[in-house]
Amino acid sequence: MTERALALLAQIAIVLFLSPLITGFSRTLKARLQMRRGAGILQPYWDIHKLLRKGMVIPETASWIFSATPYVLFVTTLLAGLLIPTVSAQAPLSLYGGVLAVVYLLALGRFFLALGGLDTGSSFGGLGSSREMTISAIAEPALMLAVFTVALSAGSTNLSVVAQASLGQSWRFLAPQQMLAFAALFIVLIAETGRIPVDNPATHLELTMIHEAMILEYSGPYLALIEWSAAMKQLVLMTLLVNVFFPFGLSIGWSMGTLLSLVLFGLKLLLLAAAVVLVETTNAKMRLFRVPELLAVAFVLSATALISTFLF
Amino acid sequence: MWPTRELFTAGLLAYALAMAGGLAGHASKRTAAWIPRLLCLLSLAGALLEFGASAGVLFGGAESHWVLSSGVPYLSYSVRLDPLASFFGLALSLLAASVSIYSLGYIAHSAARRSPGLFCFFLNLLLLSLTLVFTASNVLFFLIVWELMAVAAYFLIVFDHESGEARKGGLLYFLMSRGGTGMLLVGFLLLATAAGSLEFSALHDAGQQLSPALGATAFLLLFLGFGAKAGIIPLHIWLPAAHPVAPSNISALMSGIVIKAGIYGMARVFFDFYGTLSVWAGMTVLVIGVVSALLGVLYALMEHDLKRLLAYHSIENIGIILMGFGSALLFRSFGHPQLAALALIAGLFHTLNHAVFKCLLFLGAGGVLHATHTRNMEELGGLIRRMPSTALYFLIGAIAISGLPPLNGFVSEWFTYQALLAGFGATPTLTRLAFPVAGALLALTAALAAACFVKAFGITFLALPRSEAAERAREVPVSMRSAMAILAVACVVLGLGAAWFLPVFDPITTRAFGIAASKDLAANGLILTAGSLRSGSVSPAMIAALLIGLGAVPLLLLVLWGRKSSRTTGPAWDCGLPGLTSQNEFTATAFSKPLRMIFGALFRPRREIQAEYEVSPYYPKAIHFESEIEPTFETHFYRPLQHGILWVATRMRRLQQGSIHLYLLYVFVTLILLLLFGVRG
Repeated sequence: MTERALALLAQIAIVLFLSPLITGFSRTLKARLQMRRGAGILQPYWDIHKLLRKGMVIPETASWIFSATPYVLFVTTLLAGLLIPTVSAQAPLSLYGGVLAVVYLLALGRFFLALGGLDTGSSFGGLGSSREMTISAIAEPALMLAVFTVALSAGSTNLSVVAQASLGQSWRFLAPQQMLAFAALFIVLIAETGRIPVDNPATHLELTMIHEAMILEYSGPYLALIEWSAAMKQLVLMTLLVNVFFPFGLSIGWSMGTLLSLVLFGLKLLLLAAAVVLVETTNAKMRLFRVPELLAVAFVLSATALISTFLF
Repeated sequence: MWPTRELFTAGLLAYALAMAGGLAGHASKRTAAWIPRLLCLLSLAGALLEFGASAGVLFGGAESHWVLSSGVPYLSYSVRLDPLASFFGLALSLLAASVSIYSLGYIAHSAARRSPGLFCFFLNLLLLSLTLVFTASNVLFFLIVWELMAVAAYFLIVFDHESGEARKGGLLYFLMSRGGTGMLLVGFLLLATAAGSLEFSALHDAGQQLSPALGATAFLLLFLGFGAKAGIIPLHIWLPAAHPVAPSNISALMSGIVIKAGIYGMARVFFDFYGTLSVWAGMTVLVIGVVSALLGVLYALMEHDLKRLLAYHSIENIGIILMGFGSALLFRSFGHPQLAALALIAGLFHTLNHAVFKCLLFLGAGGVLHATHTRNMEELGGLIRRMPSTALYFLIGAIAISGLPPLNGFVSEWFTYQALLAGFGATPTLTRLAFPVAGALLALTAALAAACFVKAFGITFLALPRSEAAERAREVPVSMRSAMAILAVACVVLGLGAAWFLPVFDPITTRAFGIAASKDLAANGLILTAGSLRSGSVSPAMIAALLIGLGAVPLLLLVLWGRKSSRTTGPAWDCGLPGLTSQNEFTATAFSKPLRMIFGALFRPRREIQAEYEVSPYYPKAIHFESEIEPTFETHFYRPLQHGILWVATRMRRLQQGSIHLYLLYVFVTLILLLLFGVRG
């Protein structure tokens, strides 16, 4: 019992405190690739610290939905992070929800975030909400099909079972269908975390923006919660990718070897983050109406993955 | 022994009494204000009695079957409360109870106030006939109450008969309903010839006794006949026309339970009258389900009439239910009773869940309509401040219908996903591919539904009011609010306590596939599983508890880390213009624009902008904007059909000369022909 509680606390700590690091690493690497110095890897922690200590301004037009949104978003994202295996192949709460619950918890957070955007009454918020819901909707079939491929090869939607199954055959990622599913999920990752070429996380007053438009009116501690949730969501999706497709180093249970697993887990995440940054720096932002084409590619990839796994 | 029969009969009597009271009230010149209230209380009593009867069958196994002879051959007033009938009866009585409570406050303010007695008469006729539709156990008796239900629903839809829209919607409903009944009649007669009896009990597995071709014909006729009532695409066109124009408590019943009568009929035919069916049958149902779900939600997204939007969502959810039914049929064909039970439970559970949250949403929309007198979302906004309770209940309904955890919509969609996932492994090549594709499209449907309800809730309730009517809106009376509260609680309880509710399905699946599945689908701690813990599990109750518990994390962060921070209100960023007004707000049309462009091939959107200017086109004086989408089915399917019917009717006119002698001749010739036919046969 105590072991389970400790595992739960450890996982909460990992999801909470590792996530800003990945964001910081991405930003620094991106700056370096663009020949800038960048703000340092730890900047997101400082940002959160600073924002948490600031005052905030709530728009006069907003209702309780606006204030509830940061909490709902934070809590749903954190819970999604507790359902997936990070360091140990046994996620502490995976019995209470599998991969479907992860996807739908993130959707619940997004539902409230989009309402928060509309609640301000400014057209920026509505614009962001509309685009966020559109893009997440058309990313959904590719995501679900790739998830199905993974779940079907393990015979379960429970992510701990999936991770343990793939741990048994670590080199399986070389199989073509696994690569295809990975590629599909990689595109979905970019779309869901709002990175170039789908969305630009670094802009504020551009008509092309999505996520930033939705949260334009948030400030102070609420903004800190939302930024942190965005970092956690990125961690959740990236963990899904690295631990399902590259389960090396996942420990069984919690022991001293877990520390080594933690290091390996961090390294895997950094590699994936570097890959995302490479895509970001070598591509230009797409027009909004080109995004469906990109996501259609993801859908075709995951459909091909599924067919090649089971049809032949 | 649970007095099932007594409760059931007493419930019917309460409805009948309310009908009589309604007629009496209508006949008297002036109706006192308390009479409709009393009648609503009578319906409530009827609903509670029926609830007791259904619950007795489902939880206590107190099944009941009795027959009153009618004296006419073939027709018998045969009533059977078996598990399937009682399951639908349970949903009906829950909805009937909330709608009765809602009507206490609603009737005095709606179109119904002009003749409340008559309204109560038809309302109770609808409830009475629906109760009998689910329990009638003789083909003729079933068709009679089925028609009674259609007629009662028709008069309720056109109750506001001064509105042309209502008359048109009602007529369309009536026509589609007639067509549906026609198909049902032929389908039932085909089955009955095989069984040699019109009793439902004799029809059990009767589909097998027909030749394959006739069996298939009867299946298709019954599927389409019930589908017309359920609103499957392409027989859906009456739904968005008729549901919005009815008084809101009636819309809630129509979308909540009347269309479920079609689902009940399908369940009866698929899993009672047919033992096994070929693969194509299950595949047809699955494909129609997927198409209805996806197109339903896509059309819903384009609506900015709140009630029409909800009506399109009914089509979507009927599609999701049919995905479960279709999978169940396929599993039965391939000999997997365990999976068939899972899929059937997914479909039936979604039926109940959809009844609950759709009724809630329609009652909420009714509240909005009551307070603002408009269904047009572009004229609403800011209602969350003016109608806080209605907004909260609507939000709960919106989360439930979007399939988001931990509410009831999530649970049944989760089961549907699990059924589809299992289908991939359990069926042979090519058939199996249909399952993950259906799953992916279900995911798309659910995500689009979430987008649609962000729009529906966000535009209607949040930010600034877009019209004076919305500005002046007031919260609805307490009776209307409590009805919504009951249904909102039901959404939460059916979600969190789903594991407790599952045993209800055991007698149904036992009868259909010989398997009681609830043991395998639930585990300790309110966990739901997909057959076994290993193959996947979810616990909505634990998710809810954890969401609340983890709420401590951000709260602690803000308390410990943050300074006693100043929280001020200020104007939202308005790009430097003087003050934010409702004109700056995002509209419902704009919200769905990206999807309108992406799915342009389906919608074929057309827009027209005319600007008037004096000096330069850059400084317009007035702008006229018009935008519409093409109603594909109406244009490409129903219009040619309509032309065809008119063409035939014009030709038939020659037969009708207006001469009574000629008509007598027709009657005579027909009689002779029938006699000859009879003698020969």
